[in-house]
Amino acid sequence: MLRNLSVLTALALCVFLNTAASARADETEHPKQLAWPFNGMTGYVDKAAAQRGFQVYSNICSNCHSMNRIAYRNLLDIGFSENEVKALAASKLVADFDDKGQAIMRPGKLSDNLVAPFPNEDAARAAHDGAYPPDLSLIVKARHGGGDYVYSILTGFTTAPADEKPVANKYYNPYYPNHWISMPPPLASEGMVTYQDGTPATVDQMAKDVVVYLQWAAEPEMEARKQLGLKVLIFLGIFTTLLYLAKRRIWRNVKH
Amino acid sequence: MSHFPEDPKDSSEPKSLGQQAKDWIEFRLPIFKLLDSAVGSYPAPKNLNYWWNFGSLAGVCLVIQLLTGIFLAMHYTAHSTMAFDSVENIMRNVNYGWLMRYMHAVAASMFFVMVYIHIFRNLYYGSYKYPRELLWWIGIVILLVMMATAFMGYVLPWGQMSFWGATVITSLFGAFPVVGPYIVTWLWGGYSVDNPTLNRFYALHFLLPFVLVGIVVIHIWALHQHGSNNPTGVDVKTKKDTVPFNPFYTIKDLFGIGVFLFIFSYIVFFAPNMLGDPDNYIPANPMVTPSHIVPEWYFLPFYAILRAVPDKLGGVLSMFGAIILLFFLPWLDSSPVRSARYRPWFKWAFWGLVIDCFALGYLGGKPPEGNFILLGRIATLYYFFHFLVLVPLIGRFEKPLPIPESISAAEISVKPEFKG
Repeated sequence: MLRNLSVLTALALCVFLNTAASARADETEHPKQLAWPFNGMTGYVDKAAAQRGFQVYSNICSNCHSMNRIAYRNLLDIGFSENEVKALAASKLVADFDDKGQAIMRPGKLSDNLVAPFPNEDAARAAHDGAYPPDLSLIVKARHGGGDYVYSILTGFTTAPADEKPVANKYYNPYYPNHWISMPPPLASEGMVTYQDGTPATVDQMAKDVVVYLQWAAEPEMEARKQLGLKVLIFLGIFTTLLYLAKRRIWRNVKH
Repeated sequence: MSHFPEDPKDSSEPKSLGQQAKDWIEFRLPIFKLLDSAVGSYPAPKNLNYWWNFGSLAGVCLVIQLLTGIFLAMHYTAHSTMAFDSVENIMRNVNYGWLMRYMHAVAASMFFVMVYIHIFRNLYYGSYKYPRELLWWIGIVILLVMMATAFMGYVLPWGQMSFWGATVITSLFGAFPVVGPYIVTWLWGGYSVDNPTLNRFYALHFLLPFVLVGIVVIHIWALHQHGSNNPTGVDVKTKKDTVPFNPFYTIKDLFGIGVFLFIFSYIVFFAPNMLGDPDNYIPANPMVTPSHIVPEWYFLPFYAILRAVPDKLGGVLSMFGAIILLFFLPWLDSSPVRSARYRPWFKWAFWGLVIDCFALGYLGGKPPEGNFILLGRIATLYYFFHFLVLVPLIGRFEKPLPIPESISAAEISVKPEFKG
């Protein structure tokens, strides 16, 4: 009975998978899969990589992309010192009102969110031929494939095959839905940033570092969540075993 | 002679202080008797297997939803320009806000897993049959209220899938002739899904879980009238067939809850977004339609039925019909035998239905193109074929296996299957 069932299920699955394959032949390339330090049950934030990634974001991505949900104070979590972050915030100008109610620009504080490159969406679109560079705070959680997808986009730019018709002001990237993306290759060449820790800034290195940074930004609770999760699972494992033993003992004289 | 119980303070026997306090309360509000008859000495069939754990597990999910939901409500803002930000604020700045939100999102999915298993257990062992038809009906009402609650809850974060899911599902009501468009405008509180829609969904999402608690109480009340069905489907004959609920099923349910919490915690802490759609981390944008709008996984089988019918109204009616049909099941199934253990043909039909429901779920998540359309139609037809043709016919022509005299008599003859 069970064997028959599994054969039936397997058959049904084959039919489904076949149709799935034929329907998706000309679609988006699957992202490359990398072994990220943040993956898995003991996943963690590689702080050195996240700091380098922040450098990549500040020097390159932040020319077009905002990160509105991250405050300067949050950068303390990836290992920057308070003085470093204070100095960084103070180097930016933040729109505010003085105590007479007049609009002013004042130096940033720890509690300010990262200053965005454009005041609003319309301004961002006007500067990019109508395309809107999305906010990156949640980008890793907001795309199928997560960090793998972001890495694949960053390193996936290539010349279009002959049968793909070029689109004006767009760039070919097989990992992007429809393959033509408005973003020019942001990590075009080696050494676009000079890492403070001396790591050679290859395109691959920059892409990996910025993904670690963006993953942290998307779920800053990740490390605490996984650490708490291990404790919870160990507790529940022991507790449930005890419940099972109690259940066995209580039922030992019941014929059923 | 009064029919009121005697006031225990008049009794002369010596009592501990605790017993006196208990008696004092019991004389005024017989709560201990109620508890005892519900989860104390309440006799339950002694042969219930682990498939009978899923009712209490569904109850645990409801409690998790109420508790985490209250804390989320304290920090959530139901406004179209602020909802998404307030959810991110919960995730990033509220102490353990991420834990509350992930628990709430994952337990919503788990609630459906538990309830779906509970329903399939019911179908396999014929629990919907005489004399538990009303118990079964109340269960279907619970499912419908749960679905409405979950749907409206998914709209609250105001992400892309929230917004477009709400647009697609509420638009379905527009399929009804003449009144359709008016119903949709009334549901939306305007001419598109917008702030008024979000506000009323929030109000209802807060209200309905408490309604659900009320219906669950009635469900348990109806259950206790005739007691649980059991894997043999044979009525309890003597006291020998039962054990008192406490401690036997309290400990068994607790063990089930332990296993459940282990799996639940794994998902909450290590894969909290596994069952969600990444598009819902993009703020709602009425100007940009996602390339592929899909409901949450627990609606996919119904979504597949909706799309299988080429006509919009037909699709809507089929989708609702797929659930309404279940109300008639106790009369569609003409077999007097409850448990599929003794129904050789029905057993096959049952597993056919299980496979069909998985197939519908899979197809509901696929784009409606190519072979998926045809397969979706076959799976939809089979769903109705099962309930409207197979079940009545099998009941009439199947020759059941010999049925044991009693639960105790079944112990010797039946091979154990998934026993506890």
